[in-house]
Amino acid sequence: MKRRKIDLKTLPAKAGNEVEDRLGVATPLRSIINKVFPDHWSFLLGEIALFSFIVLLLTGTFLTLFFEPSLKEVTYDGSYTPLRGVHMSAAYASSLDLSFDVRGGLVMRQMHHWSALVFMAAIIVHMLRIFFTGAYRKPREVNWIIGSLLFWIGFLAGFTGYSLPDDALSGTGLRIASAIMLSIPVIGTWLTSSIFNGEFPGDIIISRFFIAHVLLIPALLVALISVHLALVFKQKHTQWPGPGRTNTNVVGERFFPRYTIKQAGFFMAVAGVIAVLAGVLQINPIWLFGPYEAGVVSAASQPDWYVMFLDGSTRLMPAWQINIGIGNGYVIPPIFWPTVVLPGILTTLPLAYPFIEARLNKDNKIHNLLQRPRDVPQRTALGAMAVAFFLVLTLSGGNDVIADKFNISLNAMTWAGRIGLLILPPLAYWVAYRICLGLQQHDREVLAHGVETGIIRRSPDGRFYEVHQPLGHDHEALPYAGWVVPKKMNRLGALGPALKGFFRPLERPAEAPVSPGHPPVEAAPERREIESKH
Amino acid sequence: MPRSRARRRAASALRLIAALVFAGGLYTAFAPAISAQDAPLSPAAMEGKALFDTSCISCHGMNGQGIEGRGPSLIGVGGASVEFQVSTGRMPLGSQGAQALEKPPVFNEEQTRQLAQYVQELGGGPQLPEGNDLHSGGDIAAGGQIFRLNCSSCHAFGGGGGALSSGKFAPRISDTDDRVIWAAMLSGPQNMPVFGDNQLTPDQKRDVIAYIQETLKDRDPGGFNLGRLGPTTEGLAVFVVGITALIFTALWIAGKS
Repeated sequence: MKRRKIDLKTLPAKAGNEVEDRLGVATPLRSIINKVFPDHWSFLLGEIALFSFIVLLLTGTFLTLFFEPSLKEVTYDGSYTPLRGVHMSAAYASSLDLSFDVRGGLVMRQMHHWSALVFMAAIIVHMLRIFFTGAYRKPREVNWIIGSLLFWIGFLAGFTGYSLPDDALSGTGLRIASAIMLSIPVIGTWLTSSIFNGEFPGDIIISRFFIAHVLLIPALLVALISVHLALVFKQKHTQWPGPGRTNTNVVGERFFPRYTIKQAGFFMAVAGVIAVLAGVLQINPIWLFGPYEAGVVSAASQPDWYVMFLDGSTRLMPAWQINIGIGNGYVIPPIFWPTVVLPGILTTLPLAYPFIEARLNKDNKIHNLLQRPRDVPQRTALGAMAVAFFLVLTLSGGNDVIADKFNISLNAMTWAGRIGLLILPPLAYWVAYRICLGLQQHDREVLAHGVETGIIRRSPDGRFYEVHQPLGHDHEALPYAGWVVPKKMNRLGALGPALKGFFRPLERPAEAPVSPGHPPVEAAPERREIESKH
Repeated sequence: MPRSRARRRAASALRLIAALVFAGGLYTAFAPAISAQDAPLSPAAMEGKALFDTSCISCHGMNGQGIEGRGPSLIGVGGASVEFQVSTGRMPLGSQGAQALEKPPVFNEEQTRQLAQYVQELGGGPQLPEGNDLHSGGDIAAGGQIFRLNCSSCHAFGGGGGALSSGKFAPRISDTDDRVIWAAMLSGPQNMPVFGDNQLTPDQKRDVIAYIQETLKDRDPGGFNLGRLGPTTEGLAVFVVGITALIFTALWIAGKS
């Protein structure tokens, strides 16, 4: 018998050839593999959202195996004693079973919920990065619009999912949602009764939300995320300005293998962080909330954090009701303004923002280079204003908990929110604007005069001044390039190259250069005992 | 035979006196409060009065009649209220504010009961049942339903407490013994409504306490409970723990090149 020899070195090439002969994918794959991605930590924020979405899909699939989306009334007979014998919906009972009687069910539920919170948080952080660096400018406006829509669709996904267990807390949220829909003039009543199939709560809403939550919304999310990523591929990633990086090239790492390996590692890290959160921190303890009954409304009834700004706007809104005396009389309740009009503005305004900015700046150019926040003070200040607005509303959404835990009067919190909502955003605008200008000015100063060396010199006439190390040749000022300006001598090589490595140095520190004029230091002579000659 | 005018007058005066005496006698017979006032205090109440006269009288006044602008009258308040306020340290009051704060109790258990007995004998009122275990045999599930309907709107689902208007609040329910919870329901301290025995029967109170003790014992199967404050602290945790950790991971991964 003859043993066939396998040459390990040629194996990948051979296998590749076999695949190519059958599928013919070499040409498209080559361009994908050779795709270059610029490397910066802030470009990984969107990936957090992407990876937590994958965790959401995986854990969510597990949950559907045990969840029963029905409002049929059952009597609980599971292992959680404080609810045994209580009448509840099948949806709530199956959620309890998921938490207490399905092996690994509770940690899966908690992973699902935590990854939802991480998903929305990562979207926000990612959007802030896009906004503050101007990455949404032409040609990427469409991707900005898709990203904004992804936030609102994620918002719907979160709300429908949050309502599914039919516990008292989510039922309270659902009640508020129905009130919001009812507040819309003219169509409100029809809208509500068509969604709930009659009067709230009806007996079909959980089944409808279920199919929306597990099929329609995820399908929409997957579709939009695919287009979002495809556009990043097509339009190429933006990059920071810097040496060798221009508006027409991309400097970075190849998609395969380095970038792919890094991303795989990052996915593991995201999944790991979510698993740790789910394993250590309890979230949404539905067994404490009890089944939904219209009479049960708990203190500290808040939605998840990304809905809390609407709760806050509702709490801050004065009770201004508008009565219109047409026909039998129409009423526009105060809840209409903070929960329908405000989100309406918040959805449409960001979609239009890239075009508004381009129009105001009369800017029709293609931008592949990012801008540092300090270099566009107006935009940065506007962003700070929006963040302040959102923060005041979000904090007001939890104002009863803050009032209670920090011993502040709830009335004072409400008024602080109302006044803060009007005063803090403009203040944030002004502060951010001034900080941007200050940072810019310092950069320009260093470019013009050089880096502070820390060496103080005294001139013959007795004046003291600090020696500056100019950055350009022959003391000429460098042009402002919108990129990091070295501001310390060791950034200029005075202390040898900076060490690589994040937690620990990867290499030994280089020897500090010794000035040629400096006398070499010799080791001290060894001490010797003086002996007598005898 | 015509009577003289003087005799007629004397007879009507006599009838009036008789009627007055009859009415007075009836009143004396059917007004126990007045006779109770004169009844001697029991020995425990005597001890309680001594404590009252040194620690409580400055606000609640002589014989617990109250002082305008400083402290309410305690007549008819009952022993349950005293036990709640004194055993949780809320009384004696530290300072006038939106509501009395819980602090280490000033009086021990015996003194508290003596004070309660004294206030009880001042003018009656709701009283606690005997014994320290007021929850055994209660129906936990039924208690849970009563709790969610009546208590959770202020004390929150998990008993984490909540804010009321103008600096008032419903405290967190934690490490609380049965008598204190019962006394709170019976007397409605601070801003809490009274759940008298006609609103929540003693059996229902037993159920509620059984539920509270069960949820306090329930050691949060999902991990650290974040104060049982719901989505507010969960939202905080996702940024402080989750996003912070992930951004550091991003810094680390991007730094590897």
